[in-house]
Amino acid sequence: MAKKDILSPLPGTFYRRPAPDQPPYKSDGDPIAVGDVVGLVEVMKSFNEVKSEVAGTLVRFLVENEDAVMAGQPLAEVEG
Amino acid sequence: MAIRTLLVANRGEIALRIQRAARELGIRVVQAHSAADRDSLPVKLADAAIEIGPPPARKSYLAIPAIVEAAKKVGADAVHPGYGFLAENGEFADACEVAGLAFVGPTGDTIRAMGDKVEARRLAAEAGVPTVPGSAGRIHELEEAREVLACTGFPVMIKAAAGGGGRGIRIARDEEGLARLWPQARAEALAAFGDGGLYLEKRIERARHLEVQVLGDGRRVIHLFERDCSLQRRRQKLWEEAPAVRLDPELRERLCAAAVRLAERVHYRGAGTVEFLFDEATGDYYFLEMNTRIQVEHPVTEEITGIDLVKAMLEIAGGAPLPFRQEEIAPRGHAIEVRINAEDPARDFAPQPGRIASLELPGGPGVRLDTALCAGYEVPPFYDSLLMKLIARGRDREEALARLERALAELAIGGIPTTVGLHRTLVRAPEVRAWDVHTAWLEPWLDTNRRLLA
Repeated sequence: MAKKDILSPLPGTFYRRPAPDQPPYKSDGDPIAVGDVVGLVEVMKSFNEVKSEVAGTLVRFLVENEDAVMAGQPLAEVEG
Repeated sequence: MAIRTLLVANRGEIALRIQRAARELGIRVVQAHSAADRDSLPVKLADAAIEIGPPPARKSYLAIPAIVEAAKKVGADAVHPGYGFLAENGEFADACEVAGLAFVGPTGDTIRAMGDKVEARRLAAEAGVPTVPGSAGRIHELEEAREVLACTGFPVMIKAAAGGGGRGIRIARDEEGLARLWPQARAEALAAFGDGGLYLEKRIERARHLEVQVLGDGRRVIHLFERDCSLQRRRQKLWEEAPAVRLDPELRERLCAAAVRLAERVHYRGAGTVEFLFDEATGDYYFLEMNTRIQVEHPVTEEITGIDLVKAMLEIAGGAPLPFRQEEIAPRGHAIEVRINAEDPARDFAPQPGRIASLELPGGPGVRLDTALCAGYEVPPFYDSLLMKLIARGRDREEALARLERALAELAIGGIPTTVGLHRTLVRAPEVRAWDVHTAWLEPWLDTNRRLLA
């Protein structure tokens, strides 16, 4: 089983939910397909979806909701 | 009592602007900042600085307890909120007062009254200020909406009572559109603001955006004439002028008097702006909203009146009466401000943070730059995209335009895409030169002139 990371495409603030009152896009242990949204990165008040480029199982998130992230920083670990 | 130590609870160019005013008044300046702004110019230039939280605004510049605690810790007796962030948050103003800090702005009650768009319309009507024909209060049922249509006609705007800044606005052009959009608007208002209250307003086509600067001390209110902010993209202002082009003097007097009446009605304290839609074809003007803070575009007013608005705010917050009488305010010449944003006009204005690799700044007669940029600065991704305000002043509009064009040619920001190129194109556009524009003019112009922006 190969391990792969989902990387942040942009610098900004990472959100795991589409809105504060909605459930997270993905939780630890969820199955994941290519193109699935795992979170949002807010850059200067614009929101950008982060999509998985790998398929498998989302083992765990590596950053917390609302954490500041850098471009290229691993956001989640996928086993597939 | 005059302010001795001021906490600046904002960042970027406005933090620096506030520091400059405070320093000229002999006030000690402490800069509140997030972890992302440790190396920023406002932090370097302040007498002292205090970190209030991690980079995301929610945990720093929007964190009321952290800011109030920081103010107490550094021995501040006043807090200036700037614009954005907590500037129009009534609870923040209250929290400052409770902690014994002067909030540089109006009372929490004034902020809340003007922040509720329905209440603001009611107060405006009471003060004899024309409002856009529409519903008297919030309405919940489509049947009530149909009654309001008798006085508005189509097209009509559906707005969220708790909304603002253009969020959640829908335009219905006929009965069918209204029936379709009404439930959408209601659901969205509930989800976004926890308040499904809506109101209807007549849609004024080809309107210009005029706004009047007011200054009050809680007892007396004066105005500092108007600004014209009709060049907007998605309701975000990009270019602002003072005075308004081709405004009849008698109309100007009525507009400014209306703004003063509304501000007096709420015993306004500090700097505020009363916004109007202006229908040039009919000469009608309608109250839009009141912003209870210093605005981004305040420099154009300062340039034509010679009055430092931020200094006046600080003096009033320190307990002084209005430092000017209305008769002392005499506008002279013309001023234009353009907003330089870290956005790429060629890619639908996608914001792009990054490092300022090089910076060449304009100067010379009639040119003012409000910015916290320096070469090597890393523009953080966490806040809004405003990098710089370039303001050009002249004896008349022609001279201001010529200076703006000349200054834009001198300005060079390397490393990240900006809106400098867009403004170089706009300053030469015949419609802009002739001011044949309205609030919905820029977007279609951008679509047809895409090749000029690449």
